[in-house]
Amino acid sequence: MKKLLTATAATALMAGSAFADGEEVKIGVFLGFTGPIESLVAEMGPAAEFAISEVDGSGAFLGGTHVSAVRGDTTCIDAGAATAAAERLITADGVSGIVGGDCSGVTGAALANVAVPNGMVMVSPSATSPGLSHMNNEDNGLFFRTAPSDARQGVVMTEVLMDQGISEVAVTYTNNDYGKGLADAFQAAYEAAGGTVTISAPHDDGKADYSAEVASLASAGGDRLVVAGYVDQGGSGIVQAALDTGAFDTFHFPDGMIGEMLEANFGSDIDGSTGQHPSPSVELAENFTALVDGAFAATSPFAPESYDAAALIMLAMQAAGSSDPADYKGQIMNVANAPGEKINAGELAKGLEILAAGGEIDYVGASGVELVGPGEAAGNYREVVIEGGKLTTVQFR
Amino acid sequence: MDFLNAIVALSNFVIIPAVAYGSQLAIGALGVTLIYGILRFSNFAHGDTMAFGTMVVILFTWWFQSMGISIAPLPTALLALPFGILFTALLLVGTDRVVYRFYRRQKSVPVIYLIVSLGVMFILNGLVRFIIGPGDQRFADGARFLIKARDFKEMTGLKEGLAIKSSQGITVITAVIVVALLFWFLNKTRTGKSMRAFSDNEDLALLSGINPERVVLITWLIVAALATVAGTLYGLDKSFKPFTYFQLLLPIFASAIVGGLGSPIGAIAGGFVIAFSEVTITYAWKKVLTYLMPDALDPSGLVQLLATEYKFAVSFVILVIVLLFRPTGLFKGKAL
Repeated sequence: MKKLLTATAATALMAGSAFADGEEVKIGVFLGFTGPIESLVAEMGPAAEFAISEVDGSGAFLGGTHVSAVRGDTTCIDAGAATAAAERLITADGVSGIVGGDCSGVTGAALANVAVPNGMVMVSPSATSPGLSHMNNEDNGLFFRTAPSDARQGVVMTEVLMDQGISEVAVTYTNNDYGKGLADAFQAAYEAAGGTVTISAPHDDGKADYSAEVASLASAGGDRLVVAGYVDQGGSGIVQAALDTGAFDTFHFPDGMIGEMLEANFGSDIDGSTGQHPSPSVELAENFTALVDGAFAATSPFAPESYDAAALIMLAMQAAGSSDPADYKGQIMNVANAPGEKINAGELAKGLEILAAGGEIDYVGASGVELVGPGEAAGNYREVVIEGGKLTTVQFR
Repeated sequence: MDFLNAIVALSNFVIIPAVAYGSQLAIGALGVTLIYGILRFSNFAHGDTMAFGTMVVILFTWWFQSMGISIAPLPTALLALPFGILFTALLLVGTDRVVYRFYRRQKSVPVIYLIVSLGVMFILNGLVRFIIGPGDQRFADGARFLIKARDFKEMTGLKEGLAIKSSQGITVITAVIVVALLFWFLNKTRTGKSMRAFSDNEDLALLSGINPERVVLITWLIVAALATVAGTLYGLDKSFKPFTYFQLLLPIFASAIVGGLGSPIGAIAGGFVIAFSEVTITYAWKKVLTYLMPDALDPSGLVQLLATEYKFAVSFVILVIVLLFRPTGLFKGKAL
């Protein structure tokens, strides 16, 4: 029935407007396929491409125009390489919108150096630094994110820790925009709630030995160690050194640390540790897991956000009836928020048809998208605890 | 009780890690100092020689593990060590034949050797990354701890825990054995004496019939053994990544220079001086002082002289101070 509807709609559209001369809209998937979060991107990249092929398969996009994905590597840490890759996506590949970047530092660099001068829309699924909230329109309305700002994560972290009666923690963060932004946001929220941060010390990624860092953290003391780092990098080194010296037994992990590597590296050694990462509610997660059917890990951090970032770009293009960033950038907030018909993951074809008919949609997608402020997600978080060496969901916040 | 807690905290976070790190630096610095004493140049390829040796040890360790050979509770890497030394020796002797011997015949000045060793360093750098990749490799197995922090707390009833990793124990014991063997060799055997004679005065040594090529060959063999042992111990204790071995070059050279280039005793002393300065200067003393001082004098800050990111700066500063005030190093090596 659904297929028939789609086919009918497609035929109707084709009758109205001819194929755009076989032209194809390209969307850049601009993520760190190599680098410190490559294990997360292994799921995020396919998630964004999944949405793109879903729209392409529907045939309802901009009167039947084809849409395809082009990959670019941000490397997560090298701003120069990321800028060059973004430049290539826009000038050589001719993309009409970019899903990405992933890490806050490279995203900021690519946005300021490439996207804004070229008037290109970027929708990041995972750059969470509060520094990327462009309150004064410094981004010309070109930057959006389906991940919440870390200012919000700092508040959620505070709630998680306070609910467990932990009022004194040591904080260590990876020495970059993401780590520093998150650590500062957390410290502000935590101290406002009456907690004490005994020390907030940076650590550098890619070192062999973190015993000196852990020694100063241990000296400052605290009931729990907050590790705002990367699981593939220094974050795991810090946890290992802290366990080895007996400095801390339990930890708190923000989003960059939640991943399968955490279970693989430490298992039950870190039982009782807590954490949280942006994640949709159970129903949305189940819906999305059923939809992707094992094509990639649907519950991996930022995979749903990646799907949504790609979907938002294409829906906004449809609403504007154009793939020109200058035309559709203003539509992103409209398709993401109420009013309109709710569109879940897997219903992109339906959304495209409503928009083509001049209707309104409220995109929910895989992560429960609700864009606030200067175009960033309001944020649902999954609170986890490590039990028997496994990440276990406690509740959603 | 407070006093004991202070001692335990200090041992756990300062003394034990610094002793292990110092031993690793000392063995590394011995290799640098031997080359400087006998071949008369600063070998910048030493860090990457260590990486190469460790890489071979890791490959053999994986092979042994896949065959189920182990010497538990000791790490399998110790079993693979002789093979690592063998391959590294082949590599170094090969490099000498292909590269350094040419410049020796030309009677090149030391600065040419230094630049040549820089070139060798880049090639080794690439070779190691080509074979094993640039990422972290884990190869430690066997028992991880001699004493676990939690067990120590339960055993003694103290508030502070003391952890000793087996890799730290192995490092110290191996370092003692290696140093003892080296000194016995240099001081008691005929070959060792001829090496020292060659180092003291090359012309006199040649006149008294010492074969220079043989001395050079033996030096490379010893250096191969030292570099592989140092690299493997560092990798077992911390982790193996080619880039961190390249970075080790700075503290190792600082150790050798502080002790006095060309002086084996100096290399060992220098290793410990650098290790202890790095750890104590970047350590936050709050915890220890809180135990020791009367309550009224408890420090409110962290009492940390330098943040841990500046660890490498410590090596630099010590290096500069020593070069300014005692250019021959603590143990009267050759002046630079």
